Amino acid sequence: MSNIKRVDARNSFCPGPLMELIAAMKLAEVGDELEVLSTDKGSANDIPEWISKVGHEIVECREEDGVYYIHVRKTK
Amino acid sequence: MKKIVIVGGGTGGTILANNLARRLSEELRTGEVRLTVLSASDKHMYQPGLLYVAFGRMSSQELYQDQASLLEPGIVFHVDPVKIFDLDNNRVETESGVNHDYDYLVICTGSRPNPESIPGLAEYANHVYTVEAAEKTLAALQQFEGGRIAIVTGVPHKCPMVPLELTFMMHDYFKDRGILEKVEFFYTYPIGRLHSLENVAKWAQGEFDRLGIRYETLFNVKEVDGKKKQVHSEEDSVLDYDLLITVPPHNGMPVILENALGGGGWIPTNPNTLKMENRENVFVLGDTTNIPISKAGSTAHYEAESLGENLAALVRLGTMVRTYDGKVFCFIEAGKDRATYASFDYQHPPQPQPPTQMIHWFKLAYNKLYWNSVRGLL
Repeated sequence: MSNIKRVDARNSFCPGPLMELIAAMKLAEVGDELEVLSTDKGSANDIPEWISKVGHEIVECREEDGVYYIHVRKTK
Repeated sequence: MKKIVIVGGGTGGTILANNLARRLSEELRTGEVRLTVLSASDKHMYQPGLLYVAFGRMSSQELYQDQASLLEPGIVFHVDPVKIFDLDNNRVETESGVNHDYDYLVICTGSRPNPESIPGLAEYANHVYTVEAAEKTLAALQQFEGGRIAIVTGVPHKCPMVPLELTFMMHDYFKDRGILEKVEFFYTYPIGRLHSLENVAKWAQGEFDRLGIRYETLFNVKEVDGKKKQVHSEEDSVLDYDLLITVPPHNGMPVILENALGGGGWIPTNPNTLKMENRENVFVLGDTTNIPISKAGSTAHYEAESLGENLAALVRLGTMVRTYDGKVFCFIEAGKDRATYASFDYQHPPQPQPPTQMIHWFKLAYNKLYWNSVRGLL
């Protein structure tokens, strides 16, 4: 897990988890892995949709105790 | 003597300095506390006024006051920005080579627009994040006689209501000019709805549908082809435009990057204590933090009030007494003469109300009241 950059967007209404991920992706290198933490249920759908649309990769999505962990890889 | 050094003289730094000067007035008078503000400028800008400059409703001269005139007596103020943060030795060094030791350090250097980070954006798009850009946008709007105006938003950006406000204000601007039927608005947004705040997005969608404003979501600008007048998105969309308006992506200040304090110029910060990660006596305010919260003057204002109380308590009691709850309050201009607002914190989303003329007037009044706010009087 130490090589995975964590984007902790819990309790973020604005800019919100997807915007935080987009910002973090801009700073990441191709091949880097990031894990977004979100308490926003919509993120579990929005983030995979954006990742798919741009062509990055979803590694894992899971939910534990009301927190969504969305693990992605930057591919380009 | 306890030494408090505030690096940055924007909204957060100024409100914090004045807040502390009042709370610790006795200690400042007796010399038990020294409070120093180090800033890059002798002027203080009211940044939200830039939006009005772009529509000819404020002049750029109205945006500035002398920074020294805004600070309480007892505050030591130097126009001498910090060059080196030597956090291990509790010391900062300024551009002029002066060292300042501290017991408590607050970093609030802010952010800067960075349209240059997207190919073609700086050359071909108009924005409202500097005086020069806002005046150029005013000229572009005045010269525009019809066609498609595309609005594109970079990530991250300062003042999250601006994409909507620009769109609504342009709509009313061209309505007043009598050429609204010749103008098509095409609004884009980086995530899957029209605004980060879900309730604001729902409200905006209703307004856009009513006004005939077109939109596309999940649209992140990749590059601008100024010759073809097209915007290409990361999601492989292509958008034609006649006039391009942007809310540009932002970065933290270069000095933050040069001192390796945080990626993108954003310093890792605890969202409740505002302490810099892994530092007990360094705090961060406003745009400079990496907290997932709006980069806005309002955020800096509420953070500064929380931190002022805590720093005063640290000086007097050796302990902090409260946490920042994520409070933010943003006006939303919904045209030339109506406005609403969004008020929220970490636990409570906003419930925006229908826009009214009264809230718009209050916003216009706040454009003047800001100078009392930044003095810590409001």
